[in-house]
Amino acid sequence: MSDAPEPDRVIVSRREALEVGAGIAVAGLAVPAEAQAPAAPPARSIGPGTTLPLSTRINGRPVSIDIEARTSLLDLLRERLRLTGTKKGCDHGQCGACTVHVDGRRVASCLTLAAKAEGREVVTIEGISDGETLHPMQQAFIDQDALQCGYCTPGQIMAGIACVREGHAGSRAEIREFMGGNICRCGAYVGIVAAIEQAATQMRRS
Amino acid sequence: MRQLTYVRAETIDEAIAAHGRAGAQARYIAGGTTLYDLMKLGIEQPAHLIDIADIQGSERIDTNGDRLFFGAGARMADVAEDRVVRRDYPVLAESLAKAASQQLRNMASVGGNLLQRTRCPYFRNGAGGVYPCNKREPGTGCAAIGGLDRGQAVLGISESCTAVSPGDWPVALTALDAEILLSGPAGPRSVPVADFYLLPGGTPHLEFAIRPGEIVTGIAVPKTDAGRRSTYHKIRDRETYAFALASAAIALSMDGDRVRRAHVALGGVATRPWRARETEALLEGQRLTRERALAAGRAAFAGARPGTHNGFKVELGARTIADAVMIAAERNA
Repeated sequence: MSDAPEPDRVIVSRREALEVGAGIAVAGLAVPAEAQAPAAPPARSIGPGTTLPLSTRINGRPVSIDIEARTSLLDLLRERLRLTGTKKGCDHGQCGACTVHVDGRRVASCLTLAAKAEGREVVTIEGISDGETLHPMQQAFIDQDALQCGYCTPGQIMAGIACVREGHAGSRAEIREFMGGNICRCGAYVGIVAAIEQAATQMRRS
Repeated sequence: MRQLTYVRAETIDEAIAAHGRAGAQARYIAGGTTLYDLMKLGIEQPAHLIDIADIQGSERIDTNGDRLFFGAGARMADVAEDRVVRRDYPVLAESLAKAASQQLRNMASVGGNLLQRTRCPYFRNGAGGVYPCNKREPGTGCAAIGGLDRGQAVLGISESCTAVSPGDWPVALTALDAEILLSGPAGPRSVPVADFYLLPGGTPHLEFAIRPGEIVTGIAVPKTDAGRRSTYHKIRDRETYAFALASAAIALSMDGDRVRRAHVALGGVATRPWRARETEALLEGQRLTRERALAAGRAAFAGARPGTHNGFKVELGARTIADAVMIAAERNA
């Protein structure tokens, strides 16, 4: 959609380059996507240090950036890489707003040390659509009116995609159980469950 | 949060050596779902983190021998989904599936989960908080005693602490007599789960029988035919994703319609995973009825010492046991 930032701009904005100077370098910006290795590189050693040179892949693009060892993956995404689609709700793993995928599995990015992304593949809400074409889960949330304020929605969508891929969207009861980690204070749960049901059908077809 | 160093270890020996070099302010970190959370609250303040989540082979699950083996690095979600565990030891699979959220189960390891710390709100109030906590700052007192104690323990409490042991998986492991495998500077050893968790007594800050520099490397569970007739029954304030008000891990070996051997452990009501031997004794040799199961459940709480707002846990706990016993008994061996 229109608010989905261009990947290149997100990965290294002029502002980011000015702020962190030589601390950030992004490889492969000129490389067409199809030329990039499909799999994440194997995890390699990292540390020791209070500042760590992190090499990871975010939404399919390699990212190299110096981080503080105490930084969460959520703060790295939002504060350093300007990937603000991922939301900070409770910052204690209780609300699910910060859900992203690491090596294909959904995690709470607020309780994930950014250093743990070393050598891994991170996917955020910015990385799931195909250009202007929405992911079936995004479209389903619109079709089913599965949000009110929208703050929890990126986390709900990332958790919902994982829920389907894990095979945990077989019934409404199963969806409710396996979406239990995502809180919606507006109470849009009926729409959220319906959206995941709708997307599950489409995702299984494709 | 204070500045800290981080290093990723690839072998157990490498991790132990790194811990030795880093000194007393070092902590191992696996999934980080407890430790990093408590660091944000200022309750844990390590200066050095040694990441053991990627130790080679640490995620191994082996159900082929005479014991179930779970590598400490296996993720909670993976053990919960293991086909053999689900079929032959539902109490183990359910204890994991009913814990946390799928996001956290994807992160947290079954070894690290053994060391999860209490959710007592006074403990979590944080360093420098207005409420004293003997577990957080030894000798300062306990604000939960006489305070808002609805969630506090009724079994195993002391004058110093009533904080509930928060885990589900450790309760299931307690019912099945698991062994905790450790490795440290002095080499490997194992500790029965019954000895791994300490009663608070006058030292509630000491929670686990783990020595400085030691790592949980694995969990071994002796195989038993009681595994198939087993369940983990968990009662919560909401339907999912909440800590237990009361829970029961039950596994039964039957001779016809009589109980030959009962394994019973409780969560949500005690300061450590709680083996209910009184309940086991009242069930063994008996034909099961709901009345008998409830009487056996009540026996587990004979020594309960409720506070102001948590007296309901005595009856809730007994009924949780009774329901769980009947659920387990109906499962096909």
